[in-house]
Amino acid sequence: MRGLSQNWAVFRESRIGMLGLIVILLFGVFGALWPIMINTVWDPLIYHPVVGFDPMLLHPSPPTKAHLLGTDPIGRDILAQLMFSTGREFLLGVLSALITVVIGTVIGTVAAYYGGFTDTFFMRVADIMMLFPFIPLLVVVGSMVRLTFFPFAIILGVLGGFGGITIILKAQALSVKVRPYIDAARVAGGSSFHIIRAHIIPNVLPLSFLYMMFNVTGAILSEATLSFFGVLNIDMSWGMMIHTAEAAGYLFDFGKYWWLWLPSGLAITLFCAAFYMVGRGLDEVVNPRLRKR
Amino acid sequence: MALPATADAADAILRVEHLCKYYPVSRGLFQRRQLLLHAVDNVSFEVKRGEVLGLVGESGCGKTTTGRLIARLTFPTTGRIFVDNADVSKIQGADMAEFRKKIQMIFQDPYESLDPRMTIFDIVAEPLNVNGMGNLEEREQRVAEMLSLVGISPPSAFLFRFPHELSGGQRQRVAIARALVMNPTFVVADEPTSMLDVSIRTGIMKLLAQLREDLGISYLYITHDLAVARYLCDRIAVMYLGKIVEVAEAEEIIKEPLHPYTRALISAVPVPDPAVKRPVPTIKGGVSKPINPPRRCRFYERCPVAKSTCAEQDHPAPREVSGGHFAACHQL
Repeated sequence: MRGLSQNWAVFRESRIGMLGLIVILLFGVFGALWPIMINTVWDPLIYHPVVGFDPMLLHPSPPTKAHLLGTDPIGRDILAQLMFSTGREFLLGVLSALITVVIGTVIGTVAAYYGGFTDTFFMRVADIMMLFPFIPLLVVVGSMVRLTFFPFAIILGVLGGFGGITIILKAQALSVKVRPYIDAARVAGGSSFHIIRAHIIPNVLPLSFLYMMFNVTGAILSEATLSFFGVLNIDMSWGMMIHTAEAAGYLFDFGKYWWLWLPSGLAITLFCAAFYMVGRGLDEVVNPRLRKR
Repeated sequence: MALPATADAADAILRVEHLCKYYPVSRGLFQRRQLLLHAVDNVSFEVKRGEVLGLVGESGCGKTTTGRLIARLTFPTTGRIFVDNADVSKIQGADMAEFRKKIQMIFQDPYESLDPRMTIFDIVAEPLNVNGMGNLEEREQRVAEMLSLVGISPPSAFLFRFPHELSGGQRQRVAIARALVMNPTFVVADEPTSMLDVSIRTGIMKLLAQLREDLGISYLYITHDLAVARYLCDRIAVMYLGKIVEVAEAEEIIKEPLHPYTRALISAVPVPDPAVKRPVPTIKGGVSKPINPPRRCRFYERCPVAKSTCAEQDHPAPREVSGGHFAACHQL
């Protein structure tokens, strides 16, 4: 293993990874601006992302000086909605990806270490999870119970955690399990728990972290899709913004009301792409064969 | 099968009796018979306190499996292993920790036997750590002590480095420090020098010999190199296809090999003199796989002195030919 500074040097060499990181940082700044704006420059009565309304204009209004990205069909500021949602998207993506990766890492390493029935059971569960069409399932679930922000993030995380990621991490754990240092730990008297915790998991973790990046993308795309269908009980998100435009019938005139769907659509695309690109950059750190020399 | 050298059973730190390890070979769809790979087949020997026994043989003869069986990394199919006259297979619970303290292992590849994500301190302290020995301060002291003992000095300069920052020889020294940190009485050394450069090899061998002198450790020294075995070991056991074919004092086995396989091995050691004419190889063919071996002498196909009786009888049991010199051959 190389030190952190060396890993950073390898990552920096990856243009795609650096680009992704810069985009994520820009989104971070953008999201951080929201509380500042609403507390200083913007009047909450007009600029609140959910209940704001500007009585001076006909809605939806195209971009003006007061509303740089225009307003939505019920008179709310698009830029404010976009900013407000950024932080939530971060939270949703990272939270559900974290849950996915923690579950996936634990199950993957345990399945690889013990093998036998444990292994077969979790791998079949993962197969089922991969075969199952999630979006339709969640549409059904969302129409039965009111899915709010945190339960939704947790459901996404858990469903992801039992899915394909366990197979990938198990494969990695299997290759770690047969290394001589595992035997050495056993000869030293280490218990199975010790070996999994101190040796297998740390050696699988870089790959877990890499897949966490890809899972952020997956979680945000799922959220956007389900919000668009209107089955999530989330007050505001990028997907919700497109849903609002669609529900009011403005999505049919494709180019005419572009400010209703373009900013949020672009944000979803860029944000997901950025995490994917960071993942690709990390891939080069984790997987030396991809590295150019 | 007679037990080789049981002069004084209490004297033996390790005694192995009729040890067998068979691995099932995955069979084809239409194969009826379960195929077994006889990795270790009815092996008996003992190591006396303070003694170094060399286990010599070519790749795949079962010497590493024997070492792993003794270190309890895998479990025997049949047969028993006694450490300090206690049956290893019956060790449980708290005695297990005691057993781990007593028996340690040095692995072949120092690039693979150290966890790349751990610092040198964590690696060497791990046995103390998992066995709950000492507090952090005592562990630090003990680790530094061990590192300087194996020639990693100054220890403080290495404690918080990672294995990839060390050379192969340094890594193997760290692995040795780790194996010895709990003061074991018996160490299984599985080809500890075979992955190292020749220039470093001697240093490690000298270190192992020195540690044996200083700490009174017994080794089972697994190697394929007769010269290494001769240098380090008191006695040498030669293995072939899961069987021990000859056991004797190191010098005696080199000078007066009895078994045709040992003779062939010794004749294969290069002589540092270009004028020396190489003897014609006395054995033919290659090592066969020990999968369901036929009931005859394992060495029959390659043996230069084989007679029809060798094919008719099962593999011979080791016989004491002269004092402490055992060989397993029908023709002796």
